[in-house]
Amino acid sequence: MSILVYAETWDGKFKKPSFEAMTYAFELAKTANDTVTAVVIGPASEDELKRAGEYGCSKVLHANDSKFVSFCPSAYTAVLADCATSENAKTIVFSQTYSGKSVAPRLAAKLKAGLVSGAISLPSSSEPFVVRKKCFSGKGFTDVQVSSDIKIIAVFPNAHHIAANSVSVTIQTINPAIADALFNTKVNEVKKTSGKIVLTEAEIVVSAGRGMKGPENWGMIEELADALGAATACSKPVADMGWRPHHEHVGQTGITISPNLYIAIGISGAIQHLAGISSSKVIVAINSDKEAPFFKIADYGIVGDAFQIVPKLTEAVKQLKSSH
Amino acid sequence: MKFLVCISHVPDTTTRITFTPDGKAFNTAGVQFIINPYDEMALTRALELKETLGGTVTIINVGPLATEPTLRKALAIGADEAIRINAEPTDALFVAEEIAVIAKNEKFDIVFGGRESIDYNGAQVMGMIAEFMEIPSVVIATKLDVVGTTATLEREIDGGKEIVSVNLPFVVSAQKDFAEPRIPNMRGIMSARIKSLKVVEPTNTLKPTSSVAFQTPPPKSECKMISPEHPEELIQLLHTEAKII
Repeated sequence: MSILVYAETWDGKFKKPSFEAMTYAFELAKTANDTVTAVVIGPASEDELKRAGEYGCSKVLHANDSKFVSFCPSAYTAVLADCATSENAKTIVFSQTYSGKSVAPRLAAKLKAGLVSGAISLPSSSEPFVVRKKCFSGKGFTDVQVSSDIKIIAVFPNAHHIAANSVSVTIQTINPAIADALFNTKVNEVKKTSGKIVLTEAEIVVSAGRGMKGPENWGMIEELADALGAATACSKPVADMGWRPHHEHVGQTGITISPNLYIAIGISGAIQHLAGISSSKVIVAINSDKEAPFFKIADYGIVGDAFQIVPKLTEAVKQLKSSH
Repeated sequence: MKFLVCISHVPDTTTRITFTPDGKAFNTAGVQFIINPYDEMALTRALELKETLGGTVTIINVGPLATEPTLRKALAIGADEAIRINAEPTDALFVAEEIAVIAKNEKFDIVFGGRESIDYNGAQVMGMIAEFMEIPSVVIATKLDVVGTTATLEREIDGGKEIVSVNLPFVVSAQKDFAEPRIPNMRGIMSARIKSLKVVEPTNTLKPTSSVAFQTPPPKSECKMISPEHPEELIQLLHTEAKII
């Protein structure tokens, strides 16, 4: 018996959330005296696959056939179901990424397994099996009890730490017989947002709102983000007005993130916005209105003119980084 | 063409979320319910496709009697008929299996839904429906066009977008940009009252998950204010006190 982890790759390299999922699986396996098997679908070098051993995976099952090069939820589900059977896995760990959201629910239906999506901590008990997740878009938490024989957990990105747990790892190439009919999604094109930090994976996020007065003023936001190694985000009105692309919109109807540091500039802090970022570890609010709701949930605040403050912050970050 | 749109009945986005004193349930007292915003985008795109390709738009919901005003609103926006499966939607697999049985029997061409509901944030049901029906699923889609029996979609992936094509029938879940929601007009509201809303009883029993406890996030400690004259102090505090940069 082992715990299975779906280790996603991007351009042949493990994604950051995959290491979070591996660490989660390893910590879970330790309490149950189990081992962790990673499933990798699509191209990856042997050197890269071996890295799974540094994060606690004793075995890697690699489905490397050329037909797995492009992502297809039905076929990937079938591969994972096959591995779950061959490994007799009772717990399967995903990361709640876009790919995770494509595959985990299908696998749950196929295996008649209970799925906890967006888990934020290890199970609080194994009998009954209870895992905590966020609900109401970050306005609450719920403890989900899973009663099925097989249990699937999709871990919220950035919610679980990454830890090195070096074990000896064996790599096994697999070629499961997947019916041609399951390759039913044709990927015509992949458009990468090149050179940018993926918002959902970012440890630091610099976000700005209507207080910036217009899209032409975003240069200083990007400069601060670059200095911090941060991703950029925005509020809903800003995305709705077309100042920034929709994929940057965080909040209840945008995306929910939980970075280590969230810096909100010129965002008043409507309840829908706060829902999307409230589980950030440290929150900074910068706003000219001292009554802005954001200050009620922020850890640090500055009341003042963003146009004066932001460039000074960028300067201070650069100085700090150059002195270390 | 036959379009099916899954509708969740969720608290309005401005709701202050509270739970019952025993922490076992969401406190619905005084809460305004709406169509899940992503489901509404899905519904709008289904209506647009119906207008160009012809066909019918059916909405479906797993929920108790209390969800009917929300379904009437979806009918007012333009759906042709509604189905309510009379059960509490406490488990995603249960909800998905109920919908999949109907979608398969009645041979729907496209099953639409939102990318997740804003109450339980599961993002599970649409993928599960597809697996039960053994058809393709494209989740978190920002665009959908249909030509003949083939659909082309754009969907979000980590760090970019993907353009995919699938054959009908398939399942799609909507992300922002999928369609611009419509406001129902008076004619729509009037006609919604007389449109068919069929109530059926559930046929499946498998419910592998349940929410056993709820909690609101712990209150935040006081916000530490920094002088706008010396913003560099913020960076120092983030470095030495919060230790995150």
